[in-house]
Amino acid sequence: MSNLTFGLTLMVFGMGGTVLALALFSMLMTVLKKLFPFEKEDTKKGNT
Amino acid sequence: MIDGLLGLTTGFTSLHWSNPVMIAVGGLLLFLGIKKDIEPLLLVPIGFGAILINIPAAGLMEEEGFLRVIYNMGIATELFPLLIFIGIGAMTDFGPLLENPKIFLLGAAGQFGIFLTIGLALLFGFSQLDAVAIGIIGACDGPTAIYVSSKYAPHLLGAVSVAAYSYMSLVPIIQPPIMRALTTQKERTVRMDIETKPASKTARIMFPIVVTIVGGLIAPQGLPLLGTIMLGNLMKESGVVARLSKASENEITNVVTLLLGISIGATMEGKAFLKFQTLLILAFGFLAICLDTVCGVLFGRLMCVMTGGKINPLIGAAGISAYPMAARVVQREGVKYDKHNFLLMHAVGANTGGQVGSVMAAAIMLSILKGIGII
Repeated sequence: MSNLTFGLTLMVFGMGGTVLALALFSMLMTVLKKLFPFEKEDTKKGNT
Repeated sequence: MIDGLLGLTTGFTSLHWSNPVMIAVGGLLLFLGIKKDIEPLLLVPIGFGAILINIPAAGLMEEEGFLRVIYNMGIATELFPLLIFIGIGAMTDFGPLLENPKIFLLGAAGQFGIFLTIGLALLFGFSQLDAVAIGIIGACDGPTAIYVSSKYAPHLLGAVSVAAYSYMSLVPIIQPPIMRALTTQKERTVRMDIETKPASKTARIMFPIVVTIVGGLIAPQGLPLLGTIMLGNLMKESGVVARLSKASENEITNVVTLLLGISIGATMEGKAFLKFQTLLILAFGFLAICLDTVCGVLFGRLMCVMTGGKINPLIGAAGISAYPMAARVVQREGVKYDKHNFLLMHAVGANTGGQVGSVMAAAIMLSILKGIGII
C-alpha cells in the first residue's frame, strides 16, 4: 500500500471512527442514565 | 597485573562522543524533574536510566543486564503501560462526563492531531509504522504512546516517550495562545449550565462494562488498553474492592512507573538516540499536540453554534488526555475573560472524554492497521 493511500485511510477512518465510537458511547451513556436514573438514595450512599 | 589496570580503563576507552552528550541530556531531564517539577515521577527515572545506559562497557542492556531484564519483562511484553492504565482508571472520575454525555465528542476532536501528524510524518519520509508511533504522541497519553511505539516501532520508544511526557507537561504553555487565537472574546465568555443531572451509582458501574464491550467489539486490537483503564474504573466505582483499587492507584502504579521510567531511559543510548530523526520526532510531537488543541477548539466552536451558544468553545481544548492539566488550563483561560465563569467541571468532563478518546483513537488505528494487513 502506498504512503498516500495509507495516510488517507488512517486519517479518514481513524478520525471518522473515533468520532463515531465516541458518539456511540455518548448515546449509550444517555441511555444508561435513563435506564438507571439518579435517585436520592445515591446521595445517601455518598455517590454524588 | 597490567590487564587488571586495563579493566579499570575500559569505561573511558569505550566512550563514544554521543555518550557524554546523552549523559548531559539525562542530567537535563533530572533537572527538569527535580528543579522544575515537570513530570518528576517519569523524568527522574528516565533521566537516570539515560545516564546509566550511556556509561559504556557495563552491559546493562545486554542479554542479562538488569535494564534488559526489566525492559523485556514490562516493555517488550507491553505489560507496564497496561498496569499503569489500571491505575489511571482507578484514579479517574468519569462523573462529570456522565453528567453531560454530549461533551464526549470533544474527546474525539482532541485526537485528530494523531492522524494529521501521521500524514505529515509520512510526507517527511518516515516508514508507515514509524509514522504511527510518531502520530501517537498526539494522544497526549504516555502509556498509550509507549504501548503503540514499543509494539510497532521499538527503536523510537525513547524519543516518543520523552516527547509524550515532556509535551504533556507543557500543555499550560502550548494551549493558551491557540485557544485565544481561535476564539472570539464573546465566545470565551460563554457561561455553561452548572445544573446538570448526576449519574446514578448503577449507571457509573455500568459505564466501564458497556464501554469495554462496545469499544472492544468496534476495535478489538485496542482492547488491552480500553479493558485495563475500564477495569480500574470499575473497581473504583463498584466500591467493593477498595483494597485492589487503592493498590492500583498507589503501589502498583508507583512500582510500575519506576520500572517503566528506567527502562525507557535505557533505550536512550547515544549512538541510537542522537540522530536528526529524533529532532524531527520531537518537532512532530509538538505539532501533534498543537493540532489536537486546534481541532478541539474548532470542534468546540462548532458545538457552540449547534447548541445555540450553550457550549463554551474553550472546553474543546480539554478534549485531550492530559488529565487534569488541560481542564485547569481551560478554567484559567475562562476566568481571564469572565471572573465568575465556572468552566472547570465541564472541562474535566471533556478531559476524561479525551482520556477515553485517546485510547479509542489508538484502538481504532491499530484495528485499521490490522485490517489493511500492516500489522
